[in-house]
Parts: sequence; structure tokens; C-alpha cells
Amino acid sequence: MRAQPVLYSLAVLFALAVPLLGIYPVFMMQLLCFAMFACAYNLLLGFGRMLSFGHAAFFGFAAYATGWLVSAHGWGPGFAILAGVAAAALLGLVIGALAIRRQGIYFAMITLALAQLVYFVCLEAPFTGGENGLQGIPRGTLFWLLPLHSDVVMYYVVLATFVAVFALIRRVVHSPFGQVLKAIRDNEPRAISLGYEINRYKLLAFVLSATLAGLAGSLKALVFGFVTLADVQQSTSGDVVLMTLLGGTGTFFGPVLGAGIVVTLQQYLSDVVGGWVTAIIGATFVACVLAFRRGIVGELTLLASRARRTLRPARG
Amino acid sequence: MSDVFGIPVAVILGQLMLGLVNGSFYALLSLGLAVIFGLMGVVNFAHGAFYTLGAFAALLGLQLLGINYWVALVAAPLAVGLVGIVVERLLLRRLYRLDPLYGLLLTFGLALIAEGSLHQVFGATGESYPVPAALAGGVNLGFMFLPLYRAWVIAASVVVCFSTWFVIERTRLGATLRAATENASLLQAFGVNVPLLMSVTYGGGVALAALAGVLAAPVVLVNSHMGSSLVIVVFAVVVIGGMGSILGAIVSGLALGIIEGFTKVIYPEASNIVVFVIMALVLILRPAGLFGRE
Repeated sequence: MRAQPVLYSLAVLFALAVPLLGIYPVFMMQLLCFAMFACAYNLLLGFGRMLSFGHAAFFGFAAYATGWLVSAHGWGPGFAILAGVAAAALLGLVIGALAIRRQGIYFAMITLALAQLVYFVCLEAPFTGGENGLQGIPRGTLFWLLPLHSDVVMYYVVLATFVAVFALIRRVVHSPFGQVLKAIRDNEPRAISLGYEINRYKLLAFVLSATLAGLAGSLKALVFGFVTLADVQQSTSGDVVLMTLLGGTGTFFGPVLGAGIVVTLQQYLSDVVGGWVTAIIGATFVACVLAFRRGIVGELTLLASRARRTLRPARG
Repeated sequence: MSDVFGIPVAVILGQLMLGLVNGSFYALLSLGLAVIFGLMGVVNFAHGAFYTLGAFAALLGLQLLGINYWVALVAAPLAVGLVGIVVERLLLRRLYRLDPLYGLLLTFGLALIAEGSLHQVFGATGESYPVPAALAGGVNLGFMFLPLYRAWVIAASVVVCFSTWFVIERTRLGATLRAATENASLLQAFGVNVPLLMSVTYGGGVALAALAGVLAAPVVLVNSHMGSSLVIVVFAVVVIGGMGSILGAIVSGLALGIIEGFTKVIYPEASNIVVFVIMALVLILRPAGLFGRE
């Protein structure tokens, strides 16, 4: 895997140069927020094999919390993000504790239903602005230092956060905790018989994933300056599943690539095909499940390792 | 007019009626889900989409071909059931050896395709389906006004639900189905055509969803997303009832419809979420579901 550091360096260089290349920074920020969301989701699905169908709840709830604290209470962006993340963590603890009581498909149905509950709360609660959502959220100044109203400054803040989250997830997966999580994913009864309290591991993974999804949501609220019901909606939960699946579940870079593809498609495809976007997203789902379950990065890695195996005897 | 806790009895009975109508849809849908899951291990996320398709089939049949309600009641579920069989043969069949999560993801994609296309072709507003003449109006029972169509929906779905239960629990075909649930490969060794059985089951399950769609067409607005929010509630119903039991699916569907109806009277703000709250409580107290076995 010597190609990996090179690829990562290239990606980081590209990301750093984005404002100079004339790429619209708000679009890149949107992409990074969803990439962060997908990476957080992948921690749960890819390394814990827990299929949550309700992750928009954490993303959207944190976005609402941050947006509300900034616009209605004049909080600074830093503390508002922290509060949003804390709200997502708490919500993750409650939903996670309920959902891990069942496994597999039940887990998916429970997370879906509880996320719908969060959606209705956001629809009817007094502080969310109902159908209109929260509009005109000011970005403010981060910890009295960085004026975020400049898109370039905001971009680098989002980029730095994304890199930190990406590194954190790598660290977590390679930690003893991550190893146990993978062991549970691969063979749950065996992990139980080895004496691991699997529910604690699952819950921790769930809360961690929810927390990071919340961070992505809070940042997105500040980037765009608005939060709407679309952020907590079921379709957003579906989008993040697709991003992860398309890019490659259980790979580190897959969700980033998947988020890039899906966000770009939604942004530009809707100009070309209009309302067919939903149907196309659905068809992509079907194609992923039937044809390449490992996702783009997963399939490429497999191809690369096969090529290496066939090349090696030739060299020797 | 007498009151209970300051609420007129007629209002309570009216909401009870509406609750029962919704409960009938929950029961029909969760029944189909339970049968499909029991035999095939597939959580059919497209169930709501098939319900929507049933309603659209009835609506288009009426508008384009002049097919009346009573014919649509049979024809639409048959047509949608055939679509289901094609889906099973072409797509779902490839996933049986894999993790059941893939079946869920595939059917989720199918639901998006169906809903997205319907939305694009027929728009977002929706159309209403006329109540058949024979069931228009209602009867004044003295203590409440009984709309005939709603009474028909409840009666029809109760009859269909219990017939399905009878077929599965008390007939030879049902015994074969249950045997396939227990051990499909052994049953196949006995010479039963299990792949055919699975196609028929999936077709039958989604036909039940389509039947619910036709029944719902005159009481709701027929539009592309009528099934997508319903299916989430039905999932919660299935978690509450436990997927192991047919009777459990029927009873919890009807009961939750009634509870939802009552919540609309007592505390309307919570009526959207009451089913999910009950699901959370059931998960705390009895994780396997009320009728489930683990």
C-alpha cells in the first residue's frame, strides 16, 4: 500500500489549493460536510455492521441546535457547534441504547422509526421554525479570532475539521476498541464468548458516529446560514447510506468519494434531468447492491491486490 | 350529547373510526411485511411503494380505461403482485445468500425509483379517487354518524387479514409455507418448488399492500409519497408486534391505529409520534416485541 500516502498528500494539496483554483468554496464546504457525515456513518456501518437508517436525525438535530443558539441567543459559532455536537451525542446515546436492543434489520427499522420521531419533533417544536426552518443564521467570529463570514476562512475551518475527523476515525478503527468492534462485526457470538460486553462497544460506536454526524450538521448550518426540515428528513438518511455504499463501506476513503459523487450529482444533475434525481439515486442504490457491493474504493482495492498477486510470480 | 372528560362522545367515536381505518392499513401492510420476512428474510422497504402503486393503478384504471372500483379492487393487486413477482425473479433472488441488509437496501432503492418516477410523471399535488356510489354517504346511528366507505374499509381489511391468517395457519399451502420458513432446503429436498413458493409469497405480500392502496385511494389523496411515510409507521408496528407472528401483525396494526386515533382527540400534537414512542417503550420492556419470539 505504498500508493496510499502519495494519494493522501495529493488530496490534501488539492484541498488546500481549492480557493486558488477558482472552485466555488461553498460547494466544496458542502461536499466536505457531507463527506464528514458519510465518514461518521461509515464508522457504524463499515466497521460495526450496524445499518442505521436514521442518521439524518443527528445531522439535522445538531444543525438545528447550532442554528438556534446562534440566531436566537447570539452564541458564538464555536460554542454553538460544541453545543450542537453535544446535543447529537445525547440523542445518539438515547437512540443507540434503544436500537442496539435488536440486531440487523430490526436495528435498521428502529433507527428509521426513531429518526422519524425526531423529524416530527423538529416539525412541531417551537424553536425550529416549522416548515420554514431557521433562516439567516450568522456565521460570526470563531472564538473571537476568525471572522467566518469570509468564505475562504470558513472553508479552511471546515477543511481542518474534516481532516481532524478523518484522522480521528482512522485512529479509532486502528485502536483496540476498533479491533473489538470489527471482531463483533465479523462474528458476534464469538466476541460474546470471548467475554466482550458487545453492547457497550456497539453503543460507544453509535454515540461516536452520531456525535461526528452532528459535527457535520452543525458546520453545515453555519456554512449555508440556514437549517430546514430536509436536514432531518428520511431522504437525507438514505443519501448518507448511498454515499457510504457507493464509495465503499469499511474503507477509509470510500465515503469521501461517495459523498463527492452524490453531492455533485445532486447539484448538477438536477439541472439536466430535473425531478428524475430521486429515481436515479434509487437506481444507483440498486446497481450498488447488485453489481458492486464493495463500493468503488473497495472494488478498486480488490482489483489492485489481485493485479499485484498475478504480477509477483512473474517478477520472481 | 354526552361528554367524556369534556370531549363529546361523537367526536371520540369519530376518531376511533378514523383510527380503525388507519389501523386497517397498518394491519394489511404489516401482515404482508411479516409474511415476506418470515419466508424470505427480506425486509421489504418497497412495501410503501407497492401500496402507492396499488392506489395509482386504481386511479389510472379509472381515468384511462374506465375500470370501476370493484374491478380495480381485484385487478390492481393482481397487476402489482405480478410486478412484485418480476422484481423477485430478476432482482431479489440474487441476494438470498447474502446478508439480509442487502435486501433492505435493494428494496429501498426500488422504492426511490418508483416514488421518484411517479412524482415526476404525476406531480406532487395528488388526485382524489371518487368514493364508489354504493358506499357513498353514511348512516346515522343515533349516537354517531357512520360513513359507509370507512366502515367498508375496516370490514374488508379485517376479512382479508383473517383469511390470510387462515390460509397460512390452517391450510395445506400455509403448512408448506411455514415449513419453508423453518427449513427451506429440507423442504426442497422433499420435492417442493421452493423458488416458486418464494415468488408467489412476494407477489402475494405486495398484492396485499396494493389492496391496501386501492382501499385507501378514496379516503386519502393519491400521490407519489403516500406510501413513504406510512411504511415507516408500519415498520414501527412490526417492531412492536414482532415479526414472528401473523396474528401479532394484525392485532398490533389495528390496536395502534386506534391508539393513534385516541391521541388525536386527547393530545393532537403527539398523534404523529405516538406509535414511535410506544415502539421505544416496547423496546425497553420487551425487546422481542409483544408477540415475538427470539
